[in-house]
Amino acid sequence: MAGIAVEVLDLRKSYGSLQALRGISFSVAEGEVFALLGPNGAGKTTTVEILEGFRRRDGGQVSVLGFDPALGDRRLKQQMGIVLQTSGVDPYLTVAETVEMFRGYYPKPRPLNEVISLVGLTDKKDSRVTKLSGGQRRRLDVAIALAGDPSVLFLDEPTTGFDPGARRNAWEVIKGLKDLGKTIFLTSHSMDEVQFLADRVVIISAGRIVAEGTPDTLAGREKAAASIRFKLPPASELPAAIRSQAKAHGDFISIETQDPTRALYELTSWAVQAQLTLEGLEVTRPSLEDVYLEITEGSETAGAPA
Amino acid sequence: MSDVRLALRQVWYINKAFVRNPASLFFTLIFPLMFLVIFSVIFGNGRIEVGPGTIVRVATFYVPSIAAFSVITACYTNIAISLTFARDSGALKRIHGSPLPVWSYMFARIFHAVVIAILLVAICAAFGAVFYGATLPTATLPAFALTLVVGAAVFCVLGVALTAVVPNADASPAVVNGTILPLLFISNVFIPLQNPPQWLDILGKLFPVRHFADALIGSFFQLSGSGLHTNDLIVLAAWGIGGAVVAIRFFQWEPRV
Repeated sequence: MAGIAVEVLDLRKSYGSLQALRGISFSVAEGEVFALLGPNGAGKTTTVEILEGFRRRDGGQVSVLGFDPALGDRRLKQQMGIVLQTSGVDPYLTVAETVEMFRGYYPKPRPLNEVISLVGLTDKKDSRVTKLSGGQRRRLDVAIALAGDPSVLFLDEPTTGFDPGARRNAWEVIKGLKDLGKTIFLTSHSMDEVQFLADRVVIISAGRIVAEGTPDTLAGREKAAASIRFKLPPASELPAAIRSQAKAHGDFISIETQDPTRALYELTSWAVQAQLTLEGLEVTRPSLEDVYLEITEGSETAGAPA
Repeated sequence: MSDVRLALRQVWYINKAFVRNPASLFFTLIFPLMFLVIFSVIFGNGRIEVGPGTIVRVATFYVPSIAAFSVITACYTNIAISLTFARDSGALKRIHGSPLPVWSYMFARIFHAVVIAILLVAICAAFGAVFYGATLPTATLPAFALTLVVGAAVFCVLGVALTAVVPNADASPAVVNGTILPLLFISNVFIPLQNPPQWLDILGKLFPVRHFADALIGSFFQLSGSGLHTNDLIVLAAWGIGGAVVAIRFFQWEPRV
């Protein structure tokens, strides 16, 4: 069984009277891609920056690779890679020089060309940072985080502002890192990203954990009711077996059901017999986004200060 | 890699970025020479008899004044502005999250600025000697070198300390120039003060610029003696220690929002 890379117990943090974290606990296994999700102001960046050692906690326990990040131990920093939400590099150095500069800080750096090709900047190797596009700058951020060949990577909203192609590329890079055995701690707004990358998800809202699970099973998503939608042809009447579950939305009918196999059978066998075509027929399950919105909306009210 | 080697390696990267930045190159290297030329044009470069039978060019006094100005530009101004920009861009935060020891980074910054300052002073002196016939220090050279290094280091530390009160990168040139320009005028750097009102004299002596200028000019040319201005150096050192305390206590690695 894999060891624990990150452990957080009853973590608390306030800024003045604002309680940013109200006691959260979770752990991340070695080699896992862990995603911390939540709306703006939920406490994601506060959490990740406490783990990175940039911020002090008010209460609770935190351990990253067995170290307390608040102590700033160099042995921990040597094993951590950090991609901050926003961060600068010297604009007058080239891509290769920048990565090389950071490589020098670590005892066992990853080979320069390997790092640069891993993020797809080989063509831009000798370009100055000023000449890079926004997406390329972000990839340089990731390259710097990889320079020291870290065992834990913190990625704070790594693909914000990417176009869809660049995003897909970044995801492939992160998948590749997982295959190398790295532990990856990700914060994100993007459900697609989490669905694609994460082994496990924790959703926080107003400083509390509101849901936890895999992207596929979060909040009982796999067991949630399916929705069947279609256009009812004029002057036709649904069979009795499904009529009670049906709801009209304009031209469309939707049926929420725990047993979509049976409901679909009833519906389609009736339509085939009556020689009807059901336009726009589709069966959907709640997306991760639906689940997320439902959870964070509910908890925002519950978590509001009394 | 040892921490010292890490620091020296950092100097190399800092220098690389420095020489590629046209603004920093121009303002640090060309600006002081421009002032030297302007002063010589405005105030002339006559011969003055400074002692029985000893005649020197007036440039012998301009050169160390401009040298003092160069040191302050290369150290105080340059460090305060470039550190604030690095801080607000998030570059410092990233360095802080890496295993590079904090002191290695700061040492590299200060070391680089001091080396640039020494280089500038050498250029100023050579320029003054070749084009304006300034007399270069001989017997007072050790005192001059000591004053130069101490002054450069102190103004670097003060530049680091100043960043604590600079709210953001855009404001940094204003804060830096606002603190240093008035002092340059009342501290024998731009204009030699002749019979200033007493309050102005005292005001100037409260700050480090005056002591640095007096010590540097005094050790550049002296009829006799070592040229060492021990008292001025002590005041400078005290400012340096004060600056270091402020810097250690209040320096910020993260952008100020």
